[in-house]
Amino acid sequence: MNRDRVTAILMLTPSVILLAIFVYGFIAWTGYTSVTDSNLRQQLRGETAEVVGLKNYEDLFTGLLNKRFRVDMTNTVFFTILFIVACLGVGILLAILLDQKIKGESVFRTIFLFPMALSFVVTGVAWKWLFNPTSGINVLPTVIGLPAGQFQWFISEDRWLPFNWHDLGFYIALILLGMALLFTLWQWSKKRSQWAAFGAALTLLLLAWVTLGDPRSITPIREDGHGFNVALIALVVAAGWQMSGYTMAMYLAGLRGISEDLREAARVDGCSELQVYRRIIFPLLQPITLSAMIILGHISLKIFDLAYTMGGGNNLFIDMPGINMFFTTFRASEFGRGAAIAVIMLIMVAVVIVPYLYTQLRSETHL
Amino acid sequence: MSTTVSPSQSVPAQTAAAPLSGVRVSRALIYAALVIFAALFLIPVYMVLVTSFKSIDQVSISTMWNLPTSFTLESFQRALEKLLPNLINSLLLVVPATVLSAALGSMNGYVLSKWRFRGANIIFPLMLFGMFIPYQAILIPLVQFLQTIGLYGSIGGLILVHVVYGLPITTLIFRNYYAEVPDEMIEAGAIDGAGFFGLYWWVVLPISLPGFVVVIIWQFTQIWNEFLFGVTITNTASQPITVALQNLSGSQIVEWNVQMAGAFLTALPTLLVYILLGRYFIRGLLAGSVKG
Amino acid sequence: MRSSKWFILVAALALMLGVFALASAQDAQPSGDLEIFSWWTGGGEEAGLNALIEKFKEMYPDVNVINSAVAGGSGVNARAVLQTRMLGGDPPGTFQVHAGAELNTLWVAADKMEPLNDLYEQNGWMEQYPQGLLDLISDDEGNIYSVPVNIHRSNVLWYIPANLEEWGVTVPATWDEFINETCPKLQEAGVTPLAVGETWTQVHLWENVALGVLGPEKYNGLWDGTTDWAGEDMTQVWETFGKVLDCANEDMNALTWQDASRMVIEGKAAFNVMGDWAAGYFLVDNSLEPETGFGWAPAPGTEGVFNMLSDTFGLPKDAPNRDAVVAWLSFLGSAEAQDIFNPLKGSLPANTEAQIDDSELYNAYFQNAYEDWTSNTIVGSLAHGAVAPQEFSSPFNDVIAGFQESRDVATAQATAAELAATTMTAGSE
Repeated sequence: MNRDRVTAILMLTPSVILLAIFVYGFIAWTGYTSVTDSNLRQQLRGETAEVVGLKNYEDLFTGLLNKRFRVDMTNTVFFTILFIVACLGVGILLAILLDQKIKGESVFRTIFLFPMALSFVVTGVAWKWLFNPTSGINVLPTVIGLPAGQFQWFISEDRWLPFNWHDLGFYIALILLGMALLFTLWQWSKKRSQWAAFGAALTLLLLAWVTLGDPRSITPIREDGHGFNVALIALVVAAGWQMSGYTMAMYLAGLRGISEDLREAARVDGCSELQVYRRIIFPLLQPITLSAMIILGHISLKIFDLAYTMGGGNNLFIDMPGINMFFTTFRASEFGRGAAIAVIMLIMVAVVIVPYLYTQLRSETHL
Repeated sequence: MSTTVSPSQSVPAQTAAAPLSGVRVSRALIYAALVIFAALFLIPVYMVLVTSFKSIDQVSISTMWNLPTSFTLESFQRALEKLLPNLINSLLLVVPATVLSAALGSMNGYVLSKWRFRGANIIFPLMLFGMFIPYQAILIPLVQFLQTIGLYGSIGGLILVHVVYGLPITTLIFRNYYAEVPDEMIEAGAIDGAGFFGLYWWVVLPISLPGFVVVIIWQFTQIWNEFLFGVTITNTASQPITVALQNLSGSQIVEWNVQMAGAFLTALPTLLVYILLGRYFIRGLLAGSVKG
Repeated sequence: MRSSKWFILVAALALMLGVFALASAQDAQPSGDLEIFSWWTGGGEEAGLNALIEKFKEMYPDVNVINSAVAGGSGVNARAVLQTRMLGGDPPGTFQVHAGAELNTLWVAADKMEPLNDLYEQNGWMEQYPQGLLDLISDDEGNIYSVPVNIHRSNVLWYIPANLEEWGVTVPATWDEFINETCPKLQEAGVTPLAVGETWTQVHLWENVALGVLGPEKYNGLWDGTTDWAGEDMTQVWETFGKVLDCANEDMNALTWQDASRMVIEGKAAFNVMGDWAAGYFLVDNSLEPETGFGWAPAPGTEGVFNMLSDTFGLPKDAPNRDAVVAWLSFLGSAEAQDIFNPLKGSLPANTEAQIDDSELYNAYFQNAYEDWTSNTIVGSLAHGAVAPQEFSSPFNDVIAGFQESRDVATAQATAAELAATTMTAGSE
């Protein structure tokens, strides 16, 4: 048996080595590239790149020329939020509808899930045609005699919710202030006067910082205007169309796992159908929601094909870090800066995925 | 099993208890909602098909939602003309890459589920992380590595890349699949004198078919649909179909009918797989969330 | 007779030699694959390239030509693919590259191209190509690195004469006139004064606004460092550009350059600034006659200036099947090839031996443009790689995209100035 165990490890070894090189080795390599000034010209001439420290990162967050990156970060935040909300909302709605003993359930399920089988490129090409402002969806109302829609979809230049990365420090300070205030009130209501006094002092300190000091100065990000680009709605619709079937499938699997006895018991206890969902089913689905949020979130953080197909790479209103990395690296040929963008993308994804993997695998009991 | 008050025969008692008209109305609303959603989901399909059956002079803004006045396969012919070499590339890529990554995944899954060893609990999550990374984070070294080993720009290079980055998911699916196989079966085989390979060959492999189906469908779909590697590590002659489709849409004179026909052609293989083997497709899908 | 015997002998020998020569010529005939990399995937460009390939195949039937054309406006995608391939040590046989900075600051500077002086001398091209053009494709030592196929003019304003008459406007001579007189009048009539397309066409517009506002001398100064990017002249350029954009269609980012030209043809817009490849679009794709069907003028403020770009093909070092590439380049540079290609593509021949006077080949627009080419002040195009290195032009796209959205003169000027300061030195090494 012992020899077999060695054989087993040997059989796993090639895959482990491949992944060690292709994932961790390459990530390390990218990390190194990101602290150099590596570019096409150097490489073509066979020169070695110089180590420039964190300059590429500094440029991305503060450089006048790299506003595009900060736009991308803004877009990523808004897109991720909307995309997750849309997929979860539509997904659970469809799952609940399908869970009602529907005739032809498999037909509906097939329809809601088929976009998952498509390439984002196909989705992009199809929706680009549908979103063409002078034709496409905008013309649909005219079929039944209504005026054509005016929304510009993915080429819209409207921007809502103006905000500035530079203000991040200010927002953080405000949040801290609010937390301190709540802490004070909470301790006070519990009649723990010492803690309440501490909280009050902290609150006053933070208040002084916000009003007299300049919390903005702690944000090392350049001041330039950003906001929610309305054109992202088009991207959310297309991506949601493709991915909400996925959340539906996850929820449906979850719903099917909830025993009918449990629901029946709740009904016997006098719960209305709505209450059964609110008290029994939704809480049980929470882990699925979390899983779905993480899977969707990591997809949206690294989205590339769809935005690239729809925007063609120059439409900054739906630009994403993945596209910026592609263009910085393969068009402008600034490998160092491209690598820095890639590293930032990796960190964003890792922040979401690593704790998830950790808890998922830890909680495995049967393995 | 009925969850709402149902008019169907299964729970007649409840039907009697509830006011009948209300039930009918709510059932009707559920179906109406489903039909509306289904229609919304199918709008792009309608548009793609309608446009691709039109000739270029029929593709105009005012009539874009109308059915074509005369069906023509002209756009399919033109799209196929442009995409055929890439369609072949995609096939040449997808088949070996899928088979190889499934085979390796099966072996890995077998080892990780039935031959647990010290450190496996660390190695496995580290392997798994590889399927979540944004591939941009490995792209620059990958290009340089492939050019060093002379595989840059070739379908062979693309196969290698898809096999390697497919390993985490295939290993995961097989590991979870084999975990359901009772250890007693392995032990019984071991008592009969079978070793590592014997057990795999005689005990594990014969019951692996459903696992292979799930993995193969998943990998087939993923690799067929992939774009980033396709656009960065190929040359014009080895580009897969997704890249060619994107080029078609980026070309200077936009022939929407040809583009839509191209989109349809690109989608067809994975769609067929999905429609024929949807059950297994969903299993792969759910495996992607690690535990499913 | 002895002499007749000798004659027969000599004749026989000569015949044999001839046969040998023929046979060996047959042997020297290039064969195998020849990959031609370009971004000519649509309309007249594609037709022109295909006609060239067809003729080439007649001449060299053993060569299997692979037309690797990558789609994407103005070659943006193609250049990305090319760079990756060159880095990957996988050069195509020959590739399309704009004459000027695009060729020199990257490929030549990186020592990736073979000099073609022998080819030029064998074919007598030294005398057939204008010296100014040769300078653009040579290094300081006089090594020539590519073969120009055509000349394009960037600063052309297109319109439909009948439409202008109907709306009661004339061709503006300066950008000020366009902004203050032409534009309001057209807007009142419900016509979009200027049709613009996606980002690179906006850069194209920008360079011609800059040229019109600055004049050729200061425009050239932008590239050799004598014009201050942060100076007042440039503020005026950005301000003017903003006002010009205010006169343009709002959905520009969704349009290709053909879409923009079509707006002019369909009477939705009055003018369009585009390179003279648009002539082919008006003429071939839309069957409009030059002068009567469609009209042109130098872009406002650029009378007497020819803003040029040229497509050329080079020989990368380690090109696969070098013999076939050389045969292709020899053919490409000939007047014959240029007279096949340019009438279809809609461009001027670069080789001066070409039959420019033949009105069967070159229509009124090109005869007119050729006159300007030979008499005007020549400047190079930014959007098409003639004057600035890629390190500048690629991020400059983002500057324009940002300005298009914000119309913030100060930021755009500052950004462009910083960009010029950091990248333009790299270009001049």
